[in-house]
Amino acid sequence: MDHVEQVRLLERFSNKSTSGTLHLTATHLIFVESNNTATTILHHHIASVEKLSLTTSGCPLVIQCRNFRVVHFVVQRERDCHDIYSSLLRLLRPVSYDELYAFSYNPKQNEQQREEGWQLIDLGAEFERMGVPCDRWQLTDVNRDYKICETYPRDLYVPITASKPIIVGSSKFRSKGRFPVLTYFYQEKKAAVCRCSQPLSGFSARCLEDESMLQAISKANHNSRFVYVMDTRPKLNAMANRAAGKGYENEDNYSNIRFQFVGIENIHVMRTSLQKLLEVVGSRFLSVNDYLLGLESCGWLRHVKAVVDAAIFLTKAVTVEGASVLVHCSDGWDRTAQVCSLGALLMDPYYRTIKGFMVLIEKDWISFGHKFADRCDQLDGDPKEVSPVFTQFLECVWQLTEQFPQAFEFSEWLLLQIHEHVHSCQYGNFLANNQRRREELQLGDRTHSLWAFLLREQQNYLNPAYCPTYADTHPVLEPSTLPCHFKFWRNMYHQFDRSMHPRQSVLKNVLTLKESNCQLEDTIKDLETVNFSTVFLIEEEEEVGEEVTECCSDTERTVEGSSGTERKESYSDLQGTYGAKAEPAVVSLEFGVARMTC
Amino acid sequence: MEFAELIKTPRVDGVVLRRPFLPTVEGTLCLTGHHLILSSRQDNTEELWLLHANIDAIEKRFVGSLGTIIVKCKDLRVIQLDIPGMEECLNIASSIEVLSTLDSVSLMYPFFYRPMFQVIEDGWKSFLPEDAFKDLESMTEEWRLSDVNKDYSVCSSYPPLVAVPKDVDDDTLRKAAAFRHGGRFPVLSYYHKKNGMVMMRSGQPLTGTNGRRCKEDEKLINATLRAGKRGYIIDTRTVSVAQQAKARGGGFESEANYPQWRRIHKAIERSSILQESLIKLVEACNDQSHSMDRWLSKLEASNWQTHVKEILTTACLAAQCIDREGASVLVHGTEGTDSTLQVTSLAQIILDPACRTIQGFQALVEREWLQAGHPFQQRCSQSAYSNSKPRCEAPVFLLFLDCVWQILRQFPCSFQFSQHFLVLLFEHTYASQFGTFMGNSASERSKLNLSQKTVSLWSWVNRPQEVERLSNPLYEANCLVIWPSVAPQSLLLWEGVFLRWKRSSRCLDEAYDEMVHIIQYNNKELQNKVNNLRRQLAQLETEEEEED
Repeated sequence: MDHVEQVRLLERFSNKSTSGTLHLTATHLIFVESNNTATTILHHHIASVEKLSLTTSGCPLVIQCRNFRVVHFVVQRERDCHDIYSSLLRLLRPVSYDELYAFSYNPKQNEQQREEGWQLIDLGAEFERMGVPCDRWQLTDVNRDYKICETYPRDLYVPITASKPIIVGSSKFRSKGRFPVLTYFYQEKKAAVCRCSQPLSGFSARCLEDESMLQAISKANHNSRFVYVMDTRPKLNAMANRAAGKGYENEDNYSNIRFQFVGIENIHVMRTSLQKLLEVVGSRFLSVNDYLLGLESCGWLRHVKAVVDAAIFLTKAVTVEGASVLVHCSDGWDRTAQVCSLGALLMDPYYRTIKGFMVLIEKDWISFGHKFADRCDQLDGDPKEVSPVFTQFLECVWQLTEQFPQAFEFSEWLLLQIHEHVHSCQYGNFLANNQRRREELQLGDRTHSLWAFLLREQQNYLNPAYCPTYADTHPVLEPSTLPCHFKFWRNMYHQFDRSMHPRQSVLKNVLTLKESNCQLEDTIKDLETVNFSTVFLIEEEEEVGEEVTECCSDTERTVEGSSGTERKESYSDLQGTYGAKAEPAVVSLEFGVARMTC
Repeated sequence: MEFAELIKTPRVDGVVLRRPFLPTVEGTLCLTGHHLILSSRQDNTEELWLLHANIDAIEKRFVGSLGTIIVKCKDLRVIQLDIPGMEECLNIASSIEVLSTLDSVSLMYPFFYRPMFQVIEDGWKSFLPEDAFKDLESMTEEWRLSDVNKDYSVCSSYPPLVAVPKDVDDDTLRKAAAFRHGGRFPVLSYYHKKNGMVMMRSGQPLTGTNGRRCKEDEKLINATLRAGKRGYIIDTRTVSVAQQAKARGGGFESEANYPQWRRIHKAIERSSILQESLIKLVEACNDQSHSMDRWLSKLEASNWQTHVKEILTTACLAAQCIDREGASVLVHGTEGTDSTLQVTSLAQIILDPACRTIQGFQALVEREWLQAGHPFQQRCSQSAYSNSKPRCEAPVFLLFLDCVWQILRQFPCSFQFSQHFLVLLFEHTYASQFGTFMGNSASERSKLNLSQKTVSLWSWVNRPQEVERLSNPLYEANCLVIWPSVAPQSLLLWEGVFLRWKRSSRCLDEAYDEMVHIIQYNNKELQNKVNNLRRQLAQLETEEEEED
């Protein structure tokens, strides 16, 4: 079965629908309306397919996507509906990596470009930028062959005084062998941010090597007599872990540590929380009170704030007190990744640039083994492993961009686009759970890098209000933690529900103008040269002039994704709706208004 | 001078002023008849000039002989004054209390204020009903301007001139007025040029429990219908509230007597409930606890956003009836001076591009609020901090501004003004040096002789530098109807008013300025430069040709 005709697509928040034909390809589900506009959904984006009971108008099929798109089809014949349903179910559950889109995706690039794409980000260079290795920190080769810890990268940075036996001993005392290593170095105060997993302390076990390891971290920083140990879990969870032979550091055993719980909930709580949030905002005819009560009871914003609060704690300890901090949770790949990367974003303006942000994700998330495959459900796996930890991180970043509109080189479009591709499996970057597995899959040879694609298009992701000198006056960001400054991220969770968005986009407008400014500046330069060098060049100049007018009127802006046309719809014609069509705004009626009730 | 008696201690030295996001200032506190002034006598610090009228409530605290006065303003700002000396502090506090609650209208600041700027255009004459009617006349001949209320005897809250159907004589109007709450007989609010449909507003009909009717009233509103067409009556109250009104002599139009009209009930709350909502909202915004759950539940409990949604929804409904259904509409609630005006004015923002300009918006406020008899003085005499029992206070106009801001957020390029204009109007309705928002109706304003004795806010706004400050740099005239989304996810808390003093808006302001810069740089500088160079070039070209 490849296509079904006379399918209706119901609008999510209204009673309107469009009819068209549904096509199913090996990689995409495509709905083509009678006017030829197409809605394209990548199979990897589909989280669930549900066949509802038969109605008089046909058989409803509801598809929920990981990028928060929800589509509701009504297929006329139940048999067709069942066919689509069962085909999708088959296609949705890839069991091996080889089935993923990244291995068949071919963006018409030559081999050299592809390889260059993978070389864009160099973590060795990144540590050099931070000032590592130095007289206190060095690169260690203990994990060259993934022997000590298979979920860590090969290259790890540790205190110079941490000898190999200390490292090995410490790693045996930590969950999954994830011993304390450097992730960020705050050069100004020589303070380090280190990360690890929980110690296998149980109720009383101790490990001298692990204690020496923390001692070494402490000693590597002369600014502070102690090192903070941040356990990002709620105290209760950490205590419960002791029964399983895990747990947290006992201050009596470790000299010079200050231990602190910061209370971020675990992946299961986060998964349920976001599910509840989506249920609340997905209901039709939602009242303001139910919306606000729902926001409260789902707890999502509370969790987002908890992560930001933890990052602020980390940042203050490092930048104000000049103390080194060791961050961990249970395995050290979810909450730890969130807090370390968000803290670095607050401390270091470099990470607030487009390139820097990519480096940050590459370092704290990809290389340190955030389990993207499990968390994003790339292969048919354990549903209990799925959790929106990375989405939550992106949201924390978005909350910061809202508070500091000048501090970030990128706009929320970059965050949305990254989110899109974390789930699309179209590029190799986020596939699998750790570097070791990625190397086995030879992703560098067989797939393309998302970063190269995003950098090529970076003008689409620029924040027009970005002020590069802002970093000089505000090297460290100090966000407000008042709850009223945390907002619901409509452009993420309703990104495909256009009726809810502003009809005109300030961002897009200003971005276009800014580009046009650059072009005008060029024209001026050209015109000036022409004017100076007398009149011989007149004809050429006129061409320049024409070019400019063209550029200025070109207000199309697309953020292409796995589903390029889709994106175009959702962003580029925000303005178009108003500028172009005579009778726009049909969009809102169902919402705005008023079923007439007498 | 009367004020002198009220000011026991006119001057105190060594007072420390603490206010949000500005450095602490130590200086001399002076009380005058209308202002609280704090000056450090240093060039680089900003002086505080606070109108007593802007003070909503004060609190006193003492630690030893150091007194502290916390001043809570009607614009929602909270400032703190540390005053050395218990007696001085008590004197200052009692003076502020008296001066900020003076009942006598004639003592109010607008009567004493002399403009420090040159009045280019007298705002009192900028928006006369006669001029507005001229525009109407150019579109239709079905309406006339009646002076039946010239001495305010038919309706005390209406202006002397109102637009009514041409075929209805003044006698009919008088009889219809007797049948409507406060004498507010149906008058024209808006004429939709596109299809000739109209929006009217009035007070509730006085049907009472025994279902009184009034032929003249029926005739008056039926005169606005085209043959065979039905109209809509939008009652801003719920059915049950409207039913209850009957017991107090009010009521609603019955189907039997108004067969050509379909009645729709909505649920915009009474003013006392709105005031309570504002107080709760501001309290939630000022809560210093860092608990997300507490914030969200307090925000929810305030119901503010619910009111915003309800008002916007009703306005959309009115606009939809007119533009989509091609039907005329009559809007009323109880008095017809609050929720009615919210609905009619917002519907015009949605339907009429002219209302989205700086001038047009002023005209709208003048027409649909000031002339239409919204009791500004009563509604805005206290704001969210007042401890006194609310009498008639209610943020009816503030809710309207909030709704406009919501639409502005959704159509950021369709308004000629920025949110600065809305914030400015909010401030001036509660405390102002201008006379515009004084009094409760046109008749009161004329008795106070405001146009002679005070300066109009519009005189100040309509100067080039102020217009520029209030302008929206992204504005591009949009002649279409703009339908806002009223989904809860689309409605935002108006940070510019409610969180304005909670966080330094410096980085947001700077970002905004940067945006303005990008736009102006483009529009003015670069385009001009390109044009100039082109011109130069053309000149060179001709010179060259001449030389040839």
